[in-house]
Amino acid sequence: MDLLLDRWLHILAGVTWVGLLYYFNFVQVPGLAAAKADGTAAGITKHIAPRALLWFRWAAVVTWLTGAYYLARAGTFADAFVLQGPHAYLGIGAWLGTIMLFNVWVLIWPNQKKVLGLVDASDAEKAKAARTALLASRTNTMLSIPMLFFMVTGSLSHIGMF
Amino acid sequence: MKNPLDSISGTIISGFVLTLILYIFANGVL
Repeated sequence: MDLLLDRWLHILAGVTWVGLLYYFNFVQVPGLAAAKADGTAAGITKHIAPRALLWFRWAAVVTWLTGAYYLARAGTFADAFVLQGPHAYLGIGAWLGTIMLFNVWVLIWPNQKKVLGLVDASDAEKAKAARTALLASRTNTMLSIPMLFFMVTGSLSHIGMF
Repeated sequence: MKNPLDSISGTIISGFVLTLILYIFANGVL
């Protein structure tokens, strides 16, 4: 029963995380560029982006923890992360998700704090931080495509998909 | 060479290419 609830929470948190990742990449970044051009970006950077980033980074943590708990509780954590046996496919998804979590907390969030003015930074530092955060965010968008493939298909490995 | 991650389309195409590479790795190496 706890595995069922955990799996459900994992998917809810994952939808929140990846949904906001796609929002940032497909909507906010191009929208913000257009808003800056006509001088209406302030509302987005002040009210929208910090809230979206709050849900984004904590949803990433909940997704990883519920995923790790599931693997540990099922006794497949080690096999998945060393890509062993039938759990290797899920393991590839788990590694990609782990890299994405690292990107969120080590590259995206610290640099976004500079870009949004939540910590002090010069204009040059802000420009560099914006580029780093964008590339990390785009990397996560790219990684999410195989990550979701291996999460979905890996959880079906018991029916012999591979 | 242009970074494919500079565009949304390049990012998505890179994701599909990486999926294919990892699929081949998973089936051929693991």
